[in-house]
Formats: sequence, structure tokens, C-alpha cells
Amino acid sequence: MASSPFSLTQEREQKLTEILGHYPTKMAACIPMLHLCQDQNGWVSEEIIAFVAERLELPTAHVKGVVTFYTLFNQAPVGKHQVWVCRTLPCALRGSGDVLAQCEKKLGIHAGETTADGKVTLRTAECLASCGTAPMMQVDKEYHEDLTAEKVDQILTRLQA
Amino acid sequence: MIKYTNYLTTTYGQPEGWKLPAYEKLCHGYDTARKVLTTMTREAVVDEAKKANLRGRGGAGFPMGVKWSFMRPHPTKPAYLVVNADEGEPGTHKDRTIMEKNPHSVVEGCLIACYGIGAHVAYIYVRDELHLAKRRLEEAIAEARARGFVGKTPFGSSYPVEVYVHTGAGAYICGEETSMLNSLEGKRGEPRLKPPFPAQAGSFGCPTTVNNLETIAAVPTMFNLGCDAFSKMSALHDMKDGGVRLFGVNGHVKKPQIIELAVGVTIREMIYDIGGGVLGDKDVLAVIPGGSSTPILRPQETVHAPDEKNPMHPWHGKSVFDVPLGVDTMRGVGTMLGTCCVTVMAEGTDPVLAFQNLMQFYKHESCGQCTPCREGSGWLDRTLKKILAGKASMKELDDLSDIASNIMGNTICAFGEGTAMPAMGFLQKFRPELEAYVRGEKKGKDARLTVSFEASEQAAE
Ligand SMILES: Cc1cc2nc3c(=O)[nH]c(=O)nc-3n(C[C@H](O)[C@H](O)[C@H](O)COP(=O)(O)O)c2cc1C
Ligand code: SF4
Ligand code: FES
Repeated sequence: MASSPFSLTQEREQKLTEILGHYPTKMAACIPMLHLCQDQNGWVSEEIIAFVAERLELPTAHVKGVVTFYTLFNQAPVGKHQVWVCRTLPCALRGSGDVLAQCEKKLGIHAGETTADGKVTLRTAECLASCGTAPMMQVDKEYHEDLTAEKVDQILTRLQA
Repeated sequence: MIKYTNYLTTTYGQPEGWKLPAYEKLCHGYDTARKVLTTMTREAVVDEAKKANLRGRGGAGFPMGVKWSFMRPHPTKPAYLVVNADEGEPGTHKDRTIMEKNPHSVVEGCLIACYGIGAHVAYIYVRDELHLAKRRLEEAIAEARARGFVGKTPFGSSYPVEVYVHTGAGAYICGEETSMLNSLEGKRGEPRLKPPFPAQAGSFGCPTTVNNLETIAAVPTMFNLGCDAFSKMSALHDMKDGGVRLFGVNGHVKKPQIIELAVGVTIREMIYDIGGGVLGDKDVLAVIPGGSSTPILRPQETVHAPDEKNPMHPWHGKSVFDVPLGVDTMRGVGTMLGTCCVTVMAEGTDPVLAFQNLMQFYKHESCGQCTPCREGSGWLDRTLKKILAGKASMKELDDLSDIASNIMGNTICAFGEGTAMPAMGFLQKFRPELEAYVRGEKKGKDARLTVSFEASEQAAE
């Protein structure tokens, strides 16, 4: 197999070694390893798929199958920041429709799109286990709960800066 | 009857309540696991666990002790504990609070559970979005490992236990136990046919117990109080639905929250006492008792159980809102307890929009393996959109029931029922509202599902 051009940083390589120690099979590290790669690269490229397949001794098709199954693996480049507005019923009952509309207006894009400057990707999410503090949205790795129009405005302003 | 308790949530709201010093000060930190691992036999642990009458907190309500007893030592294969923290059922927001605010209860629970079922490794499968929860769990495991509680010789015993956090990557279906096992093994999260059941061939082909995270977090409390005493705190102890658990309330209430109570609270108490009443002091249109897969209930529904031998007889003639929330009581009123987090919809909510919102969820989350589920969930969603647009015929409305009943019982996993049952509930209970759209008396574009932003803001005060 041709050596793949993607490689992990030393720190992430160490993390991978640790992760591999958790399981009786190499395959079990597939999802954690894809997370490590995506954290570094922003999305899962063909090079990453080849890299993971080679390292875990899996067919490329297996890794591809995994990547396409899970919604959190980006199969194309995304914005610098990712905003997910929860759209499911408990949030919808408390105004997530307004949150999404406000995000679309302020960012000038629809859900599923990325701003022209590449800064923000806007998406909808299914229930994120914060229904008691609805409406809510996730920005990168952080939850923002009990949203109000002012809070949403502040968060987006910060992301656009 | 509301009985406030504080066992699972002792560390909630305490300064650094998620760290070991707080757990040691407030929760007998690891003394229970120490006692179990150093003085009890495996069999005794399982026998004791059965007495707790703890019904699994993940939604199906299977008795935990009985599940543990299915685990038989295998001559060559190791056994595993898999802790389900995928928490994706819409309306469910309880497990996350435990991971963030009392993660040591999970780690201690893993030690006792692993010992009881004969496992040396526990995987806690956390949905990837819950970054804070994952961090808190990992920190708790590291603290416990540093003190020798987790590792080769917990409490000086010769029973090694390792606990690892494993993450998903965004798929509701991975909460289904066999899908979770595939996902843990590094595959697509497609559910498996049962049998074999996880206790026979679970993760990596080995005997495995899958328990919900709250189930495991309750284990130290169970063994600390004594499992029989734990069970008896519940008003439904006689129905073998024991103990204390987390209750949630969300949607159109003034005080959405998660709270620990003894089993036996009613929906009415959840709305008015725990939830502080309905936003704008409106009436209740309907509630979803425990996650979106549990069929809705309306306040005007009453219990019909004239026969004295019927376990539901004590509530004969009463509103379903006055029945205690329990696994069998909710079955008795034609729904399910599910995850015990109640979603409240106020009068004025458009039930057709709510219905469509949920069917969109199921369409999005079906793994696609079974034709009735894959096609049916899409069909339900499409037809509802058409109904909302005023473009559907009465025939198409009638078709919805057929689609739902064709899913029931014809799929690999319970996701199918989880889609069909709530659909049937909406179809039965909101037929006039659906017909109004079909006849063009109502227009989807004017409909609103939400209280406005500002109204929910006032309510939060
Ligand atoms: C579609 C589907 C999704 C599920 N999601 C979850 C979940 O997010 N968390 C959970 O604990 N159980 C979930 N379950 C239930 C699990 O399959 C399993 O019954 C449970 O984890 C067992 O734990 P318990 O016996 O302690 O409740 C789900 C089931 C189905 C069919
Ligand atoms: S019922 Fe649905 S989710 Fe479950 S295996 Fe079949 S297609 Fe997948
Ligand atoms: S519905 Fe939005 S977090 Fe649950």
C-alpha cells in the first residue's frame, strides 16, 4: 500500500497508542481514531480514510462505511466554527424555530451552509440531551442553553469576529 | 405522592461536586464498592441486586438484577459491561446531569456491576456531543485509578477492573444496545438480530451486560442502603418497580428541570409541583411521558379497570395524569414510562406540527436496514408534510395508520416500534386536527409550534 500523506501530531499519536490499549481488537479504535484525525484536520479526507485503514489493518471500504454512517464525521471541509441548533420537539416547543431563524438572518446563510468567509457552518441537530434548558445550540464543543435572542446575538457576533 | 430524595444527586450543585474529595465527603466515596469487592461473593451481589427491583432506566424497564443473572462465566471468553450513555431519545436529559455532576457514582457503580456480572472491563459509551460529560467521567476515572480503586487490585482485592470512556459519532440508533455493541467494535451502528442476546454474545463476541448510565449510577446507593430498603422507598415497590430515580420535565412548563424523587410521582405532580405549572397558566394539551417513542397522553383520558384483579384497578376512573409514573402503570394506560422525562405541550400547540417534528426525527435516524422502518419513517414524514401543506387527501391520512402498523413487529430492532407507537398515538388522539388540515381549514404556513422566544424568557424567571 502506498504510504499515505496524512499523519497525526505526536501528541495525538500518543493518544492513539493509549486508545489502542483499551480494546481487544484494532477495529474498535476506528471511531476514536477518526475523531482524532478530524480534530486535527477539520474533516475526514480520503487521505485520512487511507491512513486509518492502513493503521488499523482494515479495508478502506470498512472505514468509509463507518464515516458515512455517523453524522458527526464531516465528509467535506466545514467552516472554522460549527453551530448546531437543536430542532427536535422539546426545543421546538420553547422557540428553537426562532433561534434558527435568527442564526440564518445574522449569518446570511441557510442551515446546512457555510458563510462565504468560511468562518461558520450552520446546521440543525437532533435532541442534544438538553431539553430541560431549551432552546439550546452547540457551538464547536460547547453547549449554550436557555438561549435568548440577546445570547444568540452575542454568540454569533463573537464567532464572526 | 412526591417524596424528595437526595442519593443520586447529593453532589449536584456542590463546589467541585464532580471531584473525588466531594464524593468522599458527601457519598461515602467508594466505601460501598470496597465492601462489595472485599466481602461479598459474585452470586451474593446478583441476589442482592435483584431485591432492589430496579427497572432499567434506559427506557425498556427490564429488571436490572435479573439481567445481571443472565451472565454466566464462560470458560475461555472474558465478559464486559457496557454502560449506555448515548442519551439521544428526544425529551431525555437526565444521564448527562449525572456524568457532569456526579461522575464518581458511575465509576463506583461500574466496579460493583463488573464484579457482579464477572467482567473486568467496563466501557462507558457516551454520545460524542457531550464533551463536558466525557471530560468529567475521564477525570473521575483517573482520580479513582490514582487511588487504586480502578485498576489491577481495587481495594487490595484480586479482582482487576478497568473503566474506559468510548464515544459515538452522532447517531441516535447507537443507543439501541446491539447497535451500540457494533459501534463499540468499530463498525457501522446497525442493530443486530436477537438472539443471540448480549449476555450470550455481546461486545467482541463475548458475554456482555448493557445497562443505562443512571441504572449503573444507582448501584452504590442500592448497596449502601441495602437493596430491599432501596426498593421500598418507591410507592410502587409492590409492583416490583423500586427505588429512587431521576425525573425530568421539559417543554411548556415554568420550571423545566431534572430532579431525584422516589418512584411514585404522577404526571400531574410533575407538571404542577415539579414543573411549576404550565407556561402562561394554560391548560395541558398532551404530554409525552418518557421520550418521544412513548405515546402521548391527554388529560381527559381516564383509566378503565373495573376488575378488582386488574393491577390498574386502584386508579379506575381517574385521569391518567393521576397515575404514578411506573413501568407497568404506564403500560397499563397504553403508553410507556420510557426514560421518565415528561414533555409537556400546552393548549394552543399545534399537534400536527408536533407530530411531523417527531417523524422528521425518526426519518433522519433510521439506520435503513429494514425496509418497513426505512421506507415507513420517510413515508410518515412526507405524508405529514403534505398534510400540513393542505395537499393531502383523506385516503392519504388513512394510509398513515397502515404505514405505522406495517412497521410494528416487522423490524430488527425496537426503533421500528419506537416510531410506529407514537405515530399511532397522534393519529388516534388528534384525528380532528389532522382532518382540519386535509379539508383545508387550517394552513401549515400560519401554524407555529413554539411559544415565542420572549414568552419562554419570561417563563424562565
Ligand atoms: C432506538 C433505541 C434507542 C435507545 N436509546 C437509548 C439511550 O440513548 N440510552 C439508553 O440507556 N438506552 C437506550 N435504549 C435502550 C437500550 O437498548 C437498552 O435497553 C438499555 O440501554 C438497557 O439498559 P437498562 O436495562 O439499564 O435500562 C434505546 C433503545 C432503542 C430501541
Ligand atoms: S428497525 Fe429501523 S433502526 Fe432498527 S434495524 Fe431496522 S431500519 Fe435500523
Ligand atoms: S430537544 Fe433539544 S436538547 Fe432535547
